Amino acid sequence: MGLVLRSFATVNEAGAALSEPGARYLGGGTLAVRAVNEGDVSVHSLVRITDPQLSRIELSEGRARIGASVTMARVAANPGIAFLAPAAMAVGGPAVRNMATVGGNLFAPAPYGDFAVALLALDAKVDARKDMPMERFLETRGALAKGSIVTAVSFALPSEGGFRFRKVSRVKPKGTSVLSIAAVIEEDPDGTIRSARIALGCMADRPIRAHAAERALVGSRRTEQGIAAALAVAGEGTHPVTDPVASAWYRAEVLPVHLRRLLLY
Amino acid sequence: MPKVPVQFALNGEEKAEFVESGTSLLTLLRDKIGDTSPKGGCHQGTCGACSVIIDGELKLSCLVLAETCGNASVQTTGGLAADGVLHPLQRAFLDHFAAQCGFCTPGMIMAAKALLDRNPDPTREDVVEAISGNICRCTGYEPIIQAVMAAAQGNSQRVA
Repeated sequence: MGLVLRSFATVNEAGAALSEPGARYLGGGTLAVRAVNEGDVSVHSLVRITDPQLSRIELSEGRARIGASVTMARVAANPGIAFLAPAAMAVGGPAVRNMATVGGNLFAPAPYGDFAVALLALDAKVDARKDMPMERFLETRGALAKGSIVTAVSFALPSEGGFRFRKVSRVKPKGTSVLSIAAVIEEDPDGTIRSARIALGCMADRPIRAHAAERALVGSRRTEQGIAAALAVAGEGTHPVTDPVASAWYRAEVLPVHLRRLLLY
Repeated sequence: MPKVPVQFALNGEEKAEFVESGTSLLTLLRDKIGDTSPKGGCHQGTCGACSVIIDGELKLSCLVLAETCGNASVQTTGGLAADGVLHPLQRAFLDHFAAQCGFCTPGMIMAAKALLDRNPDPTREDVVEAISGNICRCTGYEPIIQAVMAAAQGNSQRVA
């Protein structure tokens, strides 16, 4: 059975084609074509949308909306969301970043999906027919309603310096994640943490929130003593993956080390 | 299987081909057109050996479907030498022993070209970042980095 590429001008037209058995959405190709090259014979057709609306980055009223077809290179180059550049640059090398899309990264299985970790910390909304919070989307991403297509993600811009991101890999400058961490920390003028959202990559089969650590941070400060309680519960609810990069045991051991560095430096 | 027409410019030369739907650009270039400069390494987007420049952007031709390249401008290392004269990057790779087995070289050169087209005066860090998606198992990367730096400085002569 051969492979057919089907191109559509609009999301609505593509929806029907995507509902057919063996259809898979084609973004930048770094996941879908890779699967085909690897011998995934369940893929019979690749469906893509050429609507330029999906390639737009819009900034207004303190919010950003990034189209699903926007590439990592375009995110990294946009001064309006410069804080996200380190997360976009964490994905692949230059060629992959010229191809890999924001929409595709939402579906990237561990150890990939570093950008989705950043979006989870930002509590982004995923636009797929209707808006869905990122955390809920990730729980159900394998079972999206037939034919529904992610068109954009949107999020409130964090305050200056409020967003933190760290990807841990053994190979520099480009390596697969041991783990990645993103956090949005809002602090009062006196340094008291008002709110905290922490997202972890490679600590489960999808990016997950470290809710226990978040709760432990609120009302505290970013000092050695202030974050100790959060580090102690950082691994709560995690089920790290084991792969050729690292074992689940190793990931669990080093998570508090890297969370400490993320929070203090 | 239905054949799909695709028209694009390869190294400045117009090409019009019929491809089977789902054919990668790498397969079209190598098996049909005969430009074997891009190599098929991993077919997974991991090794960079198939790197080409499409409309000014470095991409992996093993993961690009040929039929999405309509009206595009595709550059490969195969088109760099003009009238028997090597491109400065090719010259610098030779002078600095930046190739041993040579399998990664055309991809490395395309990655380096994508950098120099955008940033003619790169730092060493810029070069390292630019080739970070290209794997070389022979050289240990150092001669490649030196070759790209030398090409950027317009000095492809080997340092004694």
